[in-house]
Amino acid sequence: MKFKVNDVEVFASTGGRPFDKKKPLIIFVHGSGLTHMTWVLQTRYFAFHGYSVLALDLPGHGLSGGQSLKSIEEMADWISEVIEAVGYKEASLVGHSQGCLVIIECAFRHPKKIKTLSLMGGAGAIPMNPELLSLAENNDTKAVDLMMDWAHGPAGHFGGHPVPGLYHINTGGMLAKSRTIKNTLGVDFRACDNYKNGFEAAKKIKIPTLSILASGDKMCPVKEGKKLADLIEGSQVEIIDNCGHMMLLEEADQVLKVLKKFILTNFPVQKN
Amino acid sequence: MTDKKKKSTDPKTYKFDTLSLHAGYQPHKNAGSRQVPIYQTTSYLFDDVDHAAALFNLERGGHIYSRISNPTVAVLEERVAALEGGTAALATSSGMSAIFLTVMTLCEAGDHLVVSSQLYGGTVNLFRLTLPKFGIKCTFVKPRDTQGFKKAIQKNTKGIFGELVGNPGNELMDMPEVAKIAHDAGIPLMIDATYQTPYLCKPIDHGADIVVHSLTKWMAGHGSSMAGILVEGGKFDWMQNDKFPTMTTPYEGYHGLSFAEEFGPTAFTMKARAEGMRDFGPCLSPQNAWNVLQGIETLSVRMQKHCSNAEKMVEYLLSNESVAWVSHPSVPDHPDHELAKKLLPNGKGSMIAFGIHGGKEAGEAFINNVKLASHLANVGDTRTLVIHPASSTHSQMDEATLKFAGLSQDMIRLSVGIEDFEDIRNDFEAGFRAARKPRLVSNQ
Repeated sequence: MKFKVNDVEVFASTGGRPFDKKKPLIIFVHGSGLTHMTWVLQTRYFAFHGYSVLALDLPGHGLSGGQSLKSIEEMADWISEVIEAVGYKEASLVGHSQGCLVIIECAFRHPKKIKTLSLMGGAGAIPMNPELLSLAENNDTKAVDLMMDWAHGPAGHFGGHPVPGLYHINTGGMLAKSRTIKNTLGVDFRACDNYKNGFEAAKKIKIPTLSILASGDKMCPVKEGKKLADLIEGSQVEIIDNCGHMMLLEEADQVLKVLKKFILTNFPVQKN
Repeated sequence: MTDKKKKSTDPKTYKFDTLSLHAGYQPHKNAGSRQVPIYQTTSYLFDDVDHAAALFNLERGGHIYSRISNPTVAVLEERVAALEGGTAALATSSGMSAIFLTVMTLCEAGDHLVVSSQLYGGTVNLFRLTLPKFGIKCTFVKPRDTQGFKKAIQKNTKGIFGELVGNPGNELMDMPEVAKIAHDAGIPLMIDATYQTPYLCKPIDHGADIVVHSLTKWMAGHGSSMAGILVEGGKFDWMQNDKFPTMTTPYEGYHGLSFAEEFGPTAFTMKARAEGMRDFGPCLSPQNAWNVLQGIETLSVRMQKHCSNAEKMVEYLLSNESVAWVSHPSVPDHPDHELAKKLLPNGKGSMIAFGIHGGKEAGEAFINNVKLASHLANVGDTRTLVIHPASSTHSQMDEATLKFAGLSQDMIRLSVGIEDFEDIRNDFEAGFRAARKPRLVSNQ
């Protein structure tokens, strides 16, 4: 569906079901340079099981209008504005990679609005490889190729997509190339590189938090994910074996299973 | 930049030959089986009612019924998508069913397509005679008439279709230019790249949006199994205009799903599977998928030999007194030689068309007297194949259509195999000797 935040059009997938304000809201926040489509194997489940779902395209990404936001802090405030714009007071947030930084910062800045955090491939900081950053800011498609290489584990490189017929690396690459690379990936990478408040924000988070990490994640290794999780009071950690950074697609079923259990426990649908 | 620095920014994604062997499959998820297993089954157990509903709602990936998808077939689909540089692929029971499914996923009654006139005879008949029965009309344009494609586009045109190298005349379509014409009009370009395989050309890199193959041919190579596939490039923006409502608006047949919104770069394949395989059902058998996978493992090795033998054959034919003309993109005076150098850098393919002095009679004598080369209605076998199109593959065309398709009575279509070239040449010598005989007799 489309709606406006600060007069700029926003696109969000509702998981194939009509958006219903009576249902609890889960917001999914994608990673650097990507779009709402990375969440297709999680969102549709929740949309068909009693939740209202918004898998957002960040400003300047995917089908959303406007320019990419230049800092994680701006993105965090924007998520808070999205919650208000769609008529809600609170939501549960799910993030991947850069999206984890965004939702941690959002929970830190707007604690009353956020009910749970689900972090996939998250870390307290995501310093960028300088060459990768430079390639992305210079609009070089090699930045996408490198990201797809590093972001995927065996399933991405060999195959075995949970959806028959889809090939991970080319699909991810096409998503990242769907808009001008320097304006999406370049801006996002710089925002990640500049963001320094992750660990401090984590210490202040008092809501149920789940970290899903992958043993083969080269971009946000398990060690970094655990370092962040250790700072969040009572946070839960799940590790998926033989999987890379794109766990939400590479091992979609395992991710959904863990996420379902966490959300249904900590942010259940209230039955009348 | 130093070599060390260069190395650090080179992606380590697998390359063509490795993908030919490995893409789409992980042994540890299949009992450690090194070879892809053949899942000879119609259907798949659901964990519970919720799991069943999730699969039907496309909430989760997985298999329901082998008409829609099958694990062995899925390996083939991923492998070809990987080799073509595509986002997704859907395998079908034959190349023709891949084309039909592509058109039916794209079009509705009342729509129009612009189509190259140089196509396999069966494809011509589909576009000329069968699709109009579904309310889909086509305008044919000669493949070299690049601007003709532009002129033929109408308000209701939904796409352009062609073979990169036309069958059987070896005329090339200027794919990058035609892609630009299609994209300027907001419609996709569909390319049948059966003759090339992704080893010789990846049409997606040159602007094609959907690539179709008869996998029966060079991709499999062994001539044992029928199979087809459509591959999606993932670049085409279905939401840029209102030409494709079944892609961009809630679809009644799938819980109000908008394929383009939900699946973006894989939307076309998702729709072709969810709607097309469900409703038409031209599924590929797992056994045939496995057979094709065996062929793909050696694709690049075979294509190199096909192309080197073809180049030797061209040289031989050009110097043969019985041959009236030779058409192959490797020949410097072929009208599309320069374009072929650009689009087919790894080889110009193994399809040769040639005319034989003495016309139809000589052609028949040649075909009846070659012993190693097989006379049959197929191309892209590892074995050398010959046929006289005017009396076989294109025989259902009337004289005018035959002429429009660039065919002549003296044309022999040759699919060069990977036998020892000397043996093929010796076989052809015998054929040409026989072809010369009736001419000599008639001259007396």
